[in-house]
Amino acid sequence: MPTESTSSAEKQRASAIGSRTLGRMAGVGVIILAVVAAFLYLGGWFSPHKLTPARFVNGFEDANGVHPGFRRNHAKGVCVRGFFESNGRGARLSKAVVFQSGRMPVVGRFSFGGGDPYTADSPTQVRGLGLQFSLPDGEEWRTAMINFPVFPFNTPQAFYDNLVASVPDPNTHKPDPAKMAAFAASNPEFQRAIRMIQSHAPSSGFDNSEFYGLNAFRFVDAGGIATYVRWMMAPAQPFAPASAGGSPEADKNFMFDALIASVHQHPLHWHLILTIAQPGDRTDDATIPWPEGREQVDAGILTIDSVESEETSPARDINFDPLVLPEGIAPSDDPLLSARSAIYSQSFTRRAGEKKEPSAITPAEVQK
Amino acid sequence: MSAPTTAGRDQFPRSMRFFHWLMAAMVLTMLGIGVAMVASLGDYHWLVSVHRPLGIAIMIVVVIRFVNRMFSTLPPFPPTMSAQERLIAHLSEILLYTLLFVQPLVGWAMLSAARYPIVMWGSLHLFAIVPHNVMVYAALRKAHTILAYLLFLAFIAHFGAVLFHTLVVRDRLLNRMVPWRARAS
Repeated sequence: MPTESTSSAEKQRASAIGSRTLGRMAGVGVIILAVVAAFLYLGGWFSPHKLTPARFVNGFEDANGVHPGFRRNHAKGVCVRGFFESNGRGARLSKAVVFQSGRMPVVGRFSFGGGDPYTADSPTQVRGLGLQFSLPDGEEWRTAMINFPVFPFNTPQAFYDNLVASVPDPNTHKPDPAKMAAFAASNPEFQRAIRMIQSHAPSSGFDNSEFYGLNAFRFVDAGGIATYVRWMMAPAQPFAPASAGGSPEADKNFMFDALIASVHQHPLHWHLILTIAQPGDRTDDATIPWPEGREQVDAGILTIDSVESEETSPARDINFDPLVLPEGIAPSDDPLLSARSAIYSQSFTRRAGEKKEPSAITPAEVQK
Repeated sequence: MSAPTTAGRDQFPRSMRFFHWLMAAMVLTMLGIGVAMVASLGDYHWLVSVHRPLGIAIMIVVVIRFVNRMFSTLPPFPPTMSAQERLIAHLSEILLYTLLFVQPLVGWAMLSAARYPIVMWGSLHLFAIVPHNVMVYAALRKAHTILAYLLFLAFIAHFGAVLFHTLVVRDRLLNRMVPWRARAS
């Protein structure tokens, strides 16, 4: 009897230890799962509808098709080189070295908006200019501008919703007008911006185009004083309206060809114009222009004196990320800025690893 | 018979414990930032702005930590660890040190190959260590993701093993590394 009771007590104890051990093991498992879940949460695994850079770029691919090796937006382009000569007048607004008097090399790229790298040139299509300034102290300033004075969207979500609405209908191969109208109806800021954009007649070519930075940026001067600024490139080449009819439709590249011919003839110039915000001006909404008459500073002259095909230029492989900024220029509270940086980076990463196809504007075309 | 011990006798030296917890905080922050920034639009910019200098800081600290470890006397493994466990612990230590050095290096090389400026703070930036080549960038970018997952798995394995010893085996394994003085055996 005593032996029996001892053994049953031992068994009880053993099973108690066993279940306690199991309980502790389960506790360890729960802690580890919680840590893993925390990381998955941070990575957005539990929010499948959250707009991420990858989903945004998928939107471009759905709307335009996938063209491997090319930018997912502003796919068709030609690359340029030149320099920026700062006159020093911007230095009172920003301590950025780019605004100190002096000359620095610039690499850039003119483009058309949209994801089709072989699209036909059209004066009504949005034009882009990406620039990279190499500052004397080794810093860089990159900016990606378009020829619209305001942007049609004030949040990444609005841009994405428009992209989704513009995905071509499989039957008509054109965006569904009903979806486009529904988007416009629910985004009044879009309608206002489009009206403003359409009230400016487009110029005849890239060389006499204005290019706008669109978003506000926070300039910080040497004393630490901040000013909100928007910038634009104003062409020295005189304005000429785009011809309404009779555009040489046979040549799909007529606007790029005109730009190339123009650069071959003489260097092109743009003035870098800084517009200074007044208190109360919206810095977080790229669809709203600042009132007329805001003080402007002409900070220097951009000269473009050579042009080359994407295939031979380093600019093809540069991401004109608008948040590559020198010390003295910082992002504003505009929600588009961080989103642009994230999405450009996603597009860049995708095309970086893809085989590069010949550009519409070939090295031979640039030699002409 | 257990060896005569004074409090904290079987702990890692204070310098090693300091580097361990410093790196734990840095690396966990870094993994969290990394996984969050690739899925973020609005927070992307500030997260990347922390990610770059923090990564370089980890690379520097891991070198200092490695040198410090070479000059430190390590406490013996606790008797509750089998020969096999000791080998795994040793190999995982080598793996972690390697990953903590290689991962920031790949990040730096990746930004170099993409010709991004490698901004640390203000106008301070690092030089490129790889020529501009986007194919190289694409490969390194992929490697950066794979190494990040590997690092996370190595952390989970390390964390899980310590939890198991501390909570299940209850051999006070964690006391060897806690920042305060504690008896580890």
